[in-house]
Amino acid sequence: MPGILVYALHYEGAINKNSLGAVSEAARLAGELGTEAHALLMGGDDLTDDLCASLGRYGAAKVLRAKGPEGLAQPVVDAMAKAVADGGYDYALFGGGLLGFEIGAGLAARLGAGVTMEVTAVNVDGGRLVAERPIHGDSSISTSRYKGFGIIIGRLNAFETQAAGSGAATVEDLDVELSEWSTRATMVKRGEQRGADVDIEGADLLVAGGRGLGKAEGFEMLEELAGTLGGAVAATRAVVDAGWFPYSAQIGQTGKTVAPKLYLAAGISGAIQHKVGMQSSENIVAINKDANAPIFEYSDLGVVGDLNKIVPKLNDAIRAKKAG
Amino acid sequence: MKICVLVKEVPDAAVEKRIDPSTGRMDRSGERNLNPYDTHAIEAAMQIKEGGAVEVDEIVAVTMGPASAVRALHKAVSLGADRSVHLSDEALAGSDVAATGYALAQTLERESPDLVLLGQQSDDGECYTIGAVLADHLRMPSLTQVIKMDVVEGKLTCERQAEYGYDTVEIRTPAVISVGDAINEPRYPSLKAIMGAKKKPLDALGAGDAGVDTSKVGGEGSQVDCGDFKAPPAKQAGTIIEDEDTNETVDKIVAWLDERKLI
Repeated sequence: MPGILVYALHYEGAINKNSLGAVSEAARLAGELGTEAHALLMGGDDLTDDLCASLGRYGAAKVLRAKGPEGLAQPVVDAMAKAVADGGYDYALFGGGLLGFEIGAGLAARLGAGVTMEVTAVNVDGGRLVAERPIHGDSSISTSRYKGFGIIIGRLNAFETQAAGSGAATVEDLDVELSEWSTRATMVKRGEQRGADVDIEGADLLVAGGRGLGKAEGFEMLEELAGTLGGAVAATRAVVDAGWFPYSAQIGQTGKTVAPKLYLAAGISGAIQHKVGMQSSENIVAINKDANAPIFEYSDLGVVGDLNKIVPKLNDAIRAKKAG
Repeated sequence: MKICVLVKEVPDAAVEKRIDPSTGRMDRSGERNLNPYDTHAIEAAMQIKEGGAVEVDEIVAVTMGPASAVRALHKAVSLGADRSVHLSDEALAGSDVAATGYALAQTLERESPDLVLLGQQSDDGECYTIGAVLADHLRMPSLTQVIKMDVVEGKLTCERQAEYGYDTVEIRTPAVISVGDAINEPRYPSLKAIMGAKKKPLDALGAGDAGVDTSKVGGEGSQVDCGDFKAPPAKQAGTIIEDEDTNETVDKIVAWLDERKLI
C-alpha cells in the first residue's frame, strides 16, 4: 500500500499551521489513492501522546514520533529515511516552510528520489501523484511526475487545513540513529524575537516597506501614512534582517500571512517569498521605481515612481480628504 | 581552511525568461550574469579570509553549466576567488535539482573543502534547496538562509530566520552553508581584478573527470519529469500609473482608493 508520509513541524506544544495543511492534503490524496497518510514528528518530551494523536483530526492514520533535536533539518532526514526504509511509503509531503524545503531536499538526496518545491496543487493521475508548480515568476505552471519515490514540498499556505479526520491517530515511537553529520549541528537558541511586538494580522489596512525605502528612517513616513489610513506597518524579510523593522511585522515565507482590505507596498520588489504572505489581500497597491518589479504583475494599482516623493504627498492628500 | 564557493550563471533579470516548448527546459540564451545571491557567498568567503580568525588557504569558485558559465567563474575570481573549477558535460544537460546536487557534490569531493558556501537561492529555477542536497551527498551538516556567521577553527556560529523567529546554530566543520543576502554588502571588483580574472587557474572537468555516474544525471537520470506547461489562471491586469506629475499621481491614487471605500 503506497502511503504518504508527512513531516509535521511543531513549536512550544503546537503543530505548525502549514504542517496541518500538509497532513490534510495528504489525507485527501491518500483517500483518492486508497491508502493512508502518516505524519512524522521529531522532538523531545513535549511530543505528548495527545499532541501526536491530535493529527488524526486532520486525517493522519498513524503518527511516528522520533526523539531528536527540534528545528534542525538533517536529523529529520535521518528519521524519514528510516521510516521509508521500513516500508510502506511512495511519497513524502511537506507544507511550506524553511525546514520543509531543507528536509525535502536532503531526503531526495538520501533516497535518490525526485523532488518538486513550491508546489501549489497536487492531483492523482493514473494512480500516481502529480504536482503542479508555478515557475519563472509564476508566469507558467509545470507538472511534475515521479519515476520512483516522489517528494512534494508545498508553497507556503498552498494546502488548506481541514479537520475532516475521524479522530485520534495511532502513535508509534520510531527509533532512529542519527547520522554523524546530523549531530554536528546544535541549536543554541531557537525562535528569538527581534524588535518590538507589533500586531499586523488584525489590521484592515497595511502599509508595507521594503528595501526600496533605502534606509531604516524610510519607515517613518510609512508610519505616518498608516496612521492617517488607520492601519499598521509591515515589512519584508530583507529589511527585517537588516534590522530596520521588527520581526513580528514581517510578511512572507518565514513571517506572517495577511489578507487585509488594502495592502500598500512601498519599495517592495515582490519576490515569491513575499508574495506568498500577502497575495490574498483584497486590494494591492504598489509603489516602486523599477517598472520591471515583479510586484506590478500582481498589484491592482501599480505606481512607477519615487516613493520618497509620492508617499508624503499621498499622506497629505488622504489626510485632507478625510478632514474634508 | 579551504573554502569552495558555488556559483551559477543565470539569465539577466532584465531579460524575459521563457521555456523552450520543444524541450521543456529553460531557454538559456540571451543575456547572462552571475547569480546576484552568489556574490554574497563570495563576499562571505572573502570576509573570513580577511577577518584573520582562521587562516584561509584558498577560495575556489565552482560551477556546473555550459561553456558560457565560464563568465560566472571569471566574475567570481574578479571578486576574490583564487581559482575556479568548471564542470561541463553534455550528459549533465536537463539535470533536476537532485541530479545537479549530486554532480556538484562529486566535483566538490575532489577538493575536500572545509566549508562550502552558496547563495540562498538562484534567480532562475528558485532551487534554494541545492545546499541541502549537496550536504547529504557530502555527509556534512548544513544550514540555509544564514544571515550572520562567526567562524573560529573547526566551528561556525550561524544565525538565520526560521519559522518562529531567529535561530542560532553551532556547526562543526566541514559544512555546507547557504547565505542570505542580508549577510553582507558585496564589494565591487576593481578594474585590475576584472582584467586579471582570465589569467587565474581554471580546471575544466567533464562528468568522467569529476567521477559523476552519468546514469544519475541529465534528463534521463533525473527522477522528476516536468511537462504539461500551462499558463496560470488569468488575473486581470492592474492599472499602472507612471509618475510624471506627482500631484496628479497622488490624485489618481486617492481617487482609486476612494472608489473602493478604502479611505
